[in-house]
Amino acid sequence: MAPPSNRRTGFSRRAQYTTFFAYLAAGAGALAGGALLIASLGDDSRFSGARSAATDVTAPVAKAAAAGRAESRGFFSAIGGYFTSGRENARLRREVEQARVKLVEAQAVAEENRRLKDLLGLTRGEVKPVAVAMMIGSTSASARRFATISAGRNQGVTVGMPVRSPLGLVGRVLEVGSSTSRVLLITDTDSVVPVRRASDGVPGFTTGRADGTLQLRLINLGINPLKRGDVIVTSGSGGLYRPGTAVAVVDRLLADGAIARVLSDPGATEYVTVEPIWNQMAAPSPAVEPPPGASSSGKVVR
Amino acid sequence: MIQSRLQRQISDPFRRKLNRAPSPVVAIAVPWLTIMLGSLSPTWPVIASAPMLPPIGFLILLAWRQLRPGLLPVWAGLPLGLFDDLYSGQPLGSAVLLWSIALIALELIELRFPWRNFLLDWLVAAGLILAYLPTAMGLALGKTPSLLILTPQLFISIFAYPLVGRLVALFDRFRLVGFRYIG
Repeated sequence: MAPPSNRRTGFSRRAQYTTFFAYLAAGAGALAGGALLIASLGDDSRFSGARSAATDVTAPVAKAAAAGRAESRGFFSAIGGYFTSGRENARLRREVEQARVKLVEAQAVAEENRRLKDLLGLTRGEVKPVAVAMMIGSTSASARRFATISAGRNQGVTVGMPVRSPLGLVGRVLEVGSSTSRVLLITDTDSVVPVRRASDGVPGFTTGRADGTLQLRLINLGINPLKRGDVIVTSGSGGLYRPGTAVAVVDRLLADGAIARVLSDPGATEYVTVEPIWNQMAAPSPAVEPPPGASSSGKVVR
Repeated sequence: MIQSRLQRQISDPFRRKLNRAPSPVVAIAVPWLTIMLGSLSPTWPVIASAPMLPPIGFLILLAWRQLRPGLLPVWAGLPLGLFDDLYSGQPLGSAVLLWSIALIALELIELRFPWRNFLLDWLVAAGLILAYLPTAMGLALGKTPSLLILTPQLFISIFAYPLVGRLVALFDRFRLVGFRYIG
């Protein structure tokens, strides 16, 4: 393709100056970008107001689109269901058999639990969610893992509140707009969640790996007691996340921990609940994570 | 030559009637608006647990710049990048910086290779994508990015570029569509 002729300035002084100042402006733009970048790398919450306002503006459209997402997923899985129904049926039958046994066991455990709590004089009711919101978007092209939910300051959401789906922990609120908020997903590299193994309470913490999996590190070094398929739940250390919320399943063992798969895949999550900060003593500061080492000396809350 | 251009214009479905002229507002605004729409891709109904989607705003910017050099000013990276940063989840300023540099780089490449073809355009765009994505990831995470995470996104972005180019060509035909005027 030939270069377009309107790009040549020729002898026109005006055209030459226009081109020259356009280059100057481009250079100045790059410098301004660098300055902004340095400012935001220093303190990322500095521009959270602009970001929240921008997300609030697009929220109505995004909400409609999110409803379409649920519809389309149902559509494709309905077609896929015809091909896998036989196998699926057999598997579900097996699972129901197992689940029936588990249910009876769980009832017994719940009964025992209630009895022991009565003994201790503990009363802890179910946590009432602050808001039920829709996941309306995520940063699908960036390496940071943020999602946007359709509840904000007007619904009573504040910074630091944990966000969960019926399947498990999704993340925590990072920035709050008037009707939307930005959630730091647990798969983000900046997210640290204090956890324990569901079966026996081996303490540890998870950090995101930016590729959809979690890195699980144990607090007590030594022989790695983890096994593939272990369920990881929040431990409640740090006071942000309510203990006992499911987080992930161990997938691959490492020397000092494991790689875990997230239970509540944000892609398959439509509605999430925003819960109050578990322990109000934990100061809801946007930049400060619950220190992962704190749970090694502190008590493991069951 | 003149004859064939005339015939093309007559057979063009977008401008087939008399008493119609392209609107200058549409002709200027369409590139800006399409790039901004591409930047809104984080609000599209895709919730990803890993970076998978191509940086659609950036791809549309490159495609417009290569299809119609001079339509977007060289400094367009500043406003468009700022808009992209509001939604992309990157630290604010990263797209401003990288898009400005990309536009300046394209300008220099055009000086060096004034005669371009599809393959050269694609190679240049692929080179810019290969530089942009790891740099953006490094800026976002504050450490050297692992290529293992980036590889799928790099592949998808590079192979999506010609498709985005076709899409932009379609928008370009719409850009000069004739609107009915009175007078």
